[in-house]
Amino acid sequence: MTSLFTKVSPEPTTDAGVRRITVSINGNQHTVDVEPRLLLAHLIRQGLDLTGTHTGCDTTHCGACTVLFDGTPVKSCTMFAVQAEGHEITTVEGLATASELHPIQESFKDEHGLQCGFCTPGMMLTAKALLDENPDPTEDEVRWALSGNLCRCTGYQNIVKSVLAAAARLRSQGATDEEEGETS
Amino acid sequence: MYPPRFKYEAPDTVEQAIELLRQGQGEAKVLAGGQSLVPMMKLRFAAPEMLIDINNIPGLAYHGADPDGTYRIGALCRHVDLEKAEDLAEQQPTMAAAAPLIADPIVRTRGTLVGSVCHADPQGDWASVMSSLGGSIVAQGPNGRRSILVADFVAGPFQNVLRPDELAIEAVVPAPVGTRAGSYLKLERRVGDYATVGVAVSLEFSGNEVARAGIGLTSVGASTINAGEAAQELVGDDLNAGAIERAADLAAQASRPRTDHRGSEAYKRHIVATFVTRILSNLRLTIQEVA
Ligand SMILES: Cc1cc2nc3c(=O)[nH]c(=O)nc-3n(C[C@H](O)[C@H](O)[C@H](O)COP(=O)(O)OP(=O)(O)OC[C@H]3O[C@@H](n4cnc5c(N)ncnc54)[C@H](O)[C@@H]3O)c2cc1C
Ligand code: FES
Ligand code: FES
Repeated sequence: MTSLFTKVSPEPTTDAGVRRITVSINGNQHTVDVEPRLLLAHLIRQGLDLTGTHTGCDTTHCGACTVLFDGTPVKSCTMFAVQAEGHEITTVEGLATASELHPIQESFKDEHGLQCGFCTPGMMLTAKALLDENPDPTEDEVRWALSGNLCRCTGYQNIVKSVLAAAARLRSQGATDEEEGETS
Repeated sequence: MYPPRFKYEAPDTVEQAIELLRQGQGEAKVLAGGQSLVPMMKLRFAAPEMLIDINNIPGLAYHGADPDGTYRIGALCRHVDLEKAEDLAEQQPTMAAAAPLIADPIVRTRGTLVGSVCHADPQGDWASVMSSLGGSIVAQGPNGRRSILVADFVAGPFQNVLRPDELAIEAVVPAPVGTRAGSYLKLERRVGDYATVGVAVSLEFSGNEVARAGIGLTSVGASTINAGEAAQELVGDDLNAGAIERAADLAAQASRPRTDHRGSEAYKRHIVATFVTRILSNLRLTIQEVA
């Protein structure tokens, strides 16, 4: 095998070094044959063409490659694809629907939370994990949660604003959903 | 960056993991959080023939106190589990102070305390915290378990005393003989960086008197330093200003820092003394308030 990754062939591979794994990415099941040394980031980007996940430093420092692993942010350049077998991965492509941006994406757009956009997928996924756990974070809590994601452009101010705005947006959505639930 | 090829195994039990380690004959490595090992493999500083991923073994993610106060941290307890543990500040104040200072929030979701001690990086924070607490690592091999004091477990930079067929199962802090107090201070250039200097101080009080003391130093030597003599200076006394000053002096003397991009030797030694003094003075104030 020349590549570290092949779209799965009907016959199980005979190469002892290759493993067949099934991973759920944004709710879609993918069965693929991989060499154990294939990094999760590369499976996602090169293997499955989900290029929203970026690789910046490739040395576990920048957080651009952050994805959610069973809801928890992880640096996908620092995990092997084989480790994702049986787990749920969410990438930035999993945030929006075909017609609507996710409230976190809306807020990054409104508050100018990005410039070049390289760090943005990682920022938004880390923000999602934070807001899932803590819907009403303080500014300090937002800064603390994002401290593993580096941005070379924005100076962070607008990123923090975006996450706080997204929190407010998600809370008010939650409140309307509840009201609608009560009246109907 | 790709690591060299390796064989990947993900056993479901501790026994299987140990059997694989035995078969690996020193060429196999355990993969815990992977937050030190994977970067090292990508840089080709490490090239194990086999990786034994322990993440699928159930029952290793625990942390907590036995009825007698012995505190256990399982091999898959992540840094974040400790950071978020609400009762940790009361039960293990030194650990609670250190947990949020390890690496950055995303590294903390994967990295483990036991993996960090095994890694024996002189810049690793947990080994000095555990050393200050008189903690041990429990290792399991084909012939059963043995317990090794962290101060003896760390054999040198990136070296531990595990045999090739032994898995570190848990870290253990012995039951306290008095009321626990302690803290960890870390000087870092920016959030998420390794320590320029880290100081762990763990005390146990019986009334006003220090019944047990430990001091561990991070990043100021070729491996984690246990400043036992400095700590001994505090025992049997009431944490008075004289004892604090002597302990700070002895800790600075025990440190072996080197001048590098993070600071000069003299600066780092000065920080060791400053941190020991700061932690102990704050603890003294708290004790006086309680009394
Ligand atoms: C950007 C960045 C910043 C960091 N900053 C800090 C910091 O400020 N302070 C700090 O202390 N650490 C820091 N780290 C390291 C981090 O804390 C690691 O999580 C930790 O050192 C290793 O734990 P792990 O579970 O990830 O171990 P792994 O990377 O999986 O393993 C490390 C080593 O220990 C061995 N090992 C692991 N578990 C066992 C076991 N149960 N039995 C036998 N051997 C085992 C492995 O074989 C390997 O040799 C940083 C890492 C990164 C990437
Ligand atoms: S690319 Fe993974 S942390 Fe930078
Ligand atoms: S927007 Fe450019 S790196 Fe963050």
